Amino acid sequence: MSMSGARPLNPGRWLGVPMLMCIGATIVFAAPIRIWGLQLPEPVFAMVPAFAWAMIRPSILAPFALLVLGLFLDIFWGGPTGLWGLSLLVAYAMVLILRNAMTGQSRPMLWAWFAGVTGIAMIAGFLFTMLDSLAMPSLLAVFWQFLVTALLFPFAHRLVDRFEDADVRFR
Amino acid sequence: MRFREGPLGDLKVPLTWTAAVALIVAAVIGVAFLLADRRETLQEQAYGVTRQTVDTVARPVSGAIAAPGRWTGLGLDYVRSYFFTASENRRLKTELAEMRQWRDRALALQDQNDRFKSLLGLRTDPPIPMASARVVSDSRGPFANTRLADAGSERGIVVGNPVLNERGLVGRVVGVSRGVSRVLLLTDIASRTPVMIDRTNARAILTGDGGPNPKLEYLRGVDPIQQGDRVVTSGDGGVVPRGLPVGAAVKGLDGRWRVVLFADQSSIDYVRILLFKDFAQLADEQQLQAKALPPVTTEDPKTSILSAPVAAPQPSAPKPPAPKPPASAAQPQAGAPR
Repeated sequence: MSMSGARPLNPGRWLGVPMLMCIGATIVFAAPIRIWGLQLPEPVFAMVPAFAWAMIRPSILAPFALLVLGLFLDIFWGGPTGLWGLSLLVAYAMVLILRNAMTGQSRPMLWAWFAGVTGIAMIAGFLFTMLDSLAMPSLLAVFWQFLVTALLFPFAHRLVDRFEDADVRFR
Repeated sequence: MRFREGPLGDLKVPLTWTAAVALIVAAVIGVAFLLADRRETLQEQAYGVTRQTVDTVARPVSGAIAAPGRWTGLGLDYVRSYFFTASENRRLKTELAEMRQWRDRALALQDQNDRFKSLLGLRTDPPIPMASARVVSDSRGPFANTRLADAGSERGIVVGNPVLNERGLVGRVVGVSRGVSRVLLLTDIASRTPVMIDRTNARAILTGDGGPNPKLEYLRGVDPIQQGDRVVTSGDGGVVPRGLPVGAAVKGLDGRWRVVLFADQSSIDYVRILLFKDFAQLADEQQLQAKALPPVTTEDPKTSILSAPVAAPQPSAPKPPAPKPPASAAQPQAGAPR
């Protein structure tokens, strides 16, 4: 393949900035605010880069960035260390494997793919938690978090759109 | 010198494969982290320096982020109280009239209780000191339910301290650093709390599962629980003091007994952390560890009835007649009016 289309991405822009935004959004949504007795939802913002980074291009840095993001979630939320790191990597691996099938799909189809990959990450988290704590998490609570996370697709789509054409070798 | 201009500039590796290798390496690291994690043990040592550091950093950041929401809530409360003063006044008057009856009943019961205690010579638990704190961060997902409270080791808080709000038990402290402590909620999947049903004294273990209503497991006894029964801490195991209100029993959709937590009936903005670790602290430890045995007290030989015959043995002399007890000190006869 010719290097004429190669335009290496700046890791700070396509990895660093989304990572920081995810951390910021996670901290904001962890605020103990109740509106008419209802708490804020707790979506997994890190699913946005887990989906988009694999869609944009295969990368050596992205899995480690996801691992760091997952470790942050575990420590900040007070969960078992490594739980979200592994779950996000499972989702990332799925997108990487199915990348050729997803590329070029319409927006609603991509949303469905995003929801599917989010479901896989949640199932992975469910199984890892079962193994780690030897107890079964509430399916309703898992479903609720899946639902609010699946609504984050517009952000993932925006991130994919922003960097998808940056390096034509991976189109 | 840039990498591509160097001797390795012509080196080409397939990026897809290297990305896959990177993914596998990252996954192996993740597995190692998960295997090394000892969160479920809830021991002080398991709460590492990294978690303490993140908590310490997160406290001011989360506190600043939560502040506008808190101020908005306070402002809304102020406006609401201004516009609904009359109706609130009526409601409070009704509540006050009801509470007066309860106060009288509580005073009578307290008096009766004090008498029973003195009759039985009961030793009751001493009051437990507590520290107040504000919650600055809150995680509500299915795999972790914890909160950060802005009081830490400088206030005497240690791992294991129970945490309450004004309605009931919230959870317990699982990590402490300076100025901040991590509270594991009763709803967390790693939470296990010994409880009892107030009506029947039946014991159970309250087990969190990430949902809003934790399960009651290992319920013992025949028909030990009914819908709406009050659930309180049992104090078994010395983890939490006995009798802290937890919630009301309900039958879940899955057929299991669950608990609607009292603590959820109000916001958990402010919490009280009981500086209680186990029952050992309720006893005087120095007194328990004292090696010296108490002095052996014997009867005074001069006043002992055994000393009298020894001091003056006169077997031939007749014994003086014992004085008759007065009539008033006599035991009442059967059937006599008391």
